[in-house]
Amino acid sequence: MTNQPLLVTDGLEKSFGGVVAARDISISVHAGETVAIIGANGAGKTTFVNMVTGYLTPSAGSISFRGRDITGLSPRQTARAGVRRSFQIAQIFPKLTALENIIIAEIAAEKESVGLTTPSLVRSRVEAGMALLARFGLESMAQRRTGTLPQGVRKQLDIAMAAVSNPEMILLDEPTSGVSADEKISMMDSVIAPLKSEKATVLFIEHDMDIVRRFADRVIAFYEGTILIDDGVDVVLNDAKVREFVIGGVYA
Amino acid sequence: MTIDFTKDWRNVALLAVLLAAAFFLPSWLRFLLQTALAGGLVALGVMIQMRAGLVSFGQGLYYCIGGYAVGLLAAKAGVAEATLVIAAAVISSVVIALILGPLLSRYREIFFAMLTLAVSMILYGLLVKAATLGSTDGFNVPPVTFFGFLPAQEARGDWTYVLTALLVVVACFLIARYLASGAGALLEAVAENELRLEYLGSSARQAVYIVYVIAAAVSGLGGALAAIATGHVDPEMANWTTSGGFVFVALLAGRGSAIAPVLGFFLLELVRTYALDIAPNAWQLILGAVMLAVILLLPDGLWSLVRRAPK
Repeated sequence: MTNQPLLVTDGLEKSFGGVVAARDISISVHAGETVAIIGANGAGKTTFVNMVTGYLTPSAGSISFRGRDITGLSPRQTARAGVRRSFQIAQIFPKLTALENIIIAEIAAEKESVGLTTPSLVRSRVEAGMALLARFGLESMAQRRTGTLPQGVRKQLDIAMAAVSNPEMILLDEPTSGVSADEKISMMDSVIAPLKSEKATVLFIEHDMDIVRRFADRVIAFYEGTILIDDGVDVVLNDAKVREFVIGGVYA
Repeated sequence: MTIDFTKDWRNVALLAVLLAAAFFLPSWLRFLLQTALAGGLVALGVMIQMRAGLVSFGQGLYYCIGGYAVGLLAAKAGVAEATLVIAAAVISSVVIALILGPLLSRYREIFFAMLTLAVSMILYGLLVKAATLGSTDGFNVPPVTFFGFLPAQEARGDWTYVLTALLVVVACFLIARYLASGAGALLEAVAENELRLEYLGSSARQAVYIVYVIAAAVSGLGGALAAIATGHVDPEMANWTTSGGFVFVALLAGRGSAIAPVLGFFLLELVRTYALDIAPNAWQLILGAVMLAVILLLPDGLWSLVRRAPK
């Protein structure tokens, strides 16, 4: 593990009018880590992800990525800086095929050029797109229109799009929500392995503690907008407060 | 929908063959085709913006700018050289679009439609008030010269038809290239999920700005060719009814090919001509019925018939 952390947030705060959605969120994530974010609904998990990826501007505090201050950058600038995300409800282009979705992601990720001179379906992009789909086990879906695909597949594609151009950090917002219980683990396997094979640092929001135990190196538990505890998986999942406020006795 | 326009150049090649053969049509029909080609370029400008989910209800703005650029140069400034007046028409359209683009590219849906309409109506209002430019009557445009050569009266139709057909084919080819490019593919992404596009690292506003300027260029060319074909310009070119016609053609023709709006405009003109002939008092009824039928039966436009045809 290198000395300098990849992502550092310092005293992040977000309030909407009088409601404080997140307060004093200070974390640091090192390259290569897989960190789970847990917490009940409304604990501030998605607010945190939205701040890091530029959708929300923090009311206070700062975010730095690779030593560069990215506080207040737009989603586009944050994406260009190397922080990508997926969504709780898959955000894809439903009228296009899976391959076309990936190709749009490739075009969008390329250098800030207008892109008038290169054909969209240039061979290098198609080949890279097919290789990426294969990495995520989606190659059979390449020519399928994505709006008609099952929810789980759409979520895998959403994550695959975020993984185009191999960003250093990916935030997954509830990657297994909407996926049936017996498919959650295989779903996570199919996305975490390809992300890890490219050495991405992964933060994921998750409600299923089996998934957290299996895939995370470290867990951050949110409670009412603040960090309750930030430690190793076993420490966090056995913590009395976490068991009371976050897991709520559901997890025996 | 698809982003695959890699083979659309074949359709443009087909258009080129059709237009070459159409040189031998009866002159009234060929003239109808020539004016339809000019208008078709404006409908093409509307169509490419529709690919980004944007409906321009003021594309007549650039049709009018292109037409008046040609008219002012030829009638008022004494510059009648075809290459120069056409270049001036396209350049002035692009310049205006570059200025308006940063504002308009911030708006979507009905707000974009209404703003484009508002801007075109400003020009309409200005021209109606401009007595020196003939107010609502407009003014006549003298015939253009070809590298200094002025064709004889009876040959002018041939020359301007060839000029129009050539430029329309070139414009369709360039638009097909644009739709097949990376920037063209992003239009579909803007239409479907703009926020996702931003999270992938690309600017939706930039994509809209580009399509807006390209649409202005092709529409300005259409206006220039219309002025050359008819020898007349008037403020009606910028009126919202004219713009509405372009939107209708773009909807009717479909978004599947760069040549669809151009052919669609000609088909519509044919229907209009024959409807007028059959029922001088109820031709709008026939036109309306045709439009309704197309929209009900072919929601993706006439071009979907071509896409569905067995390969």
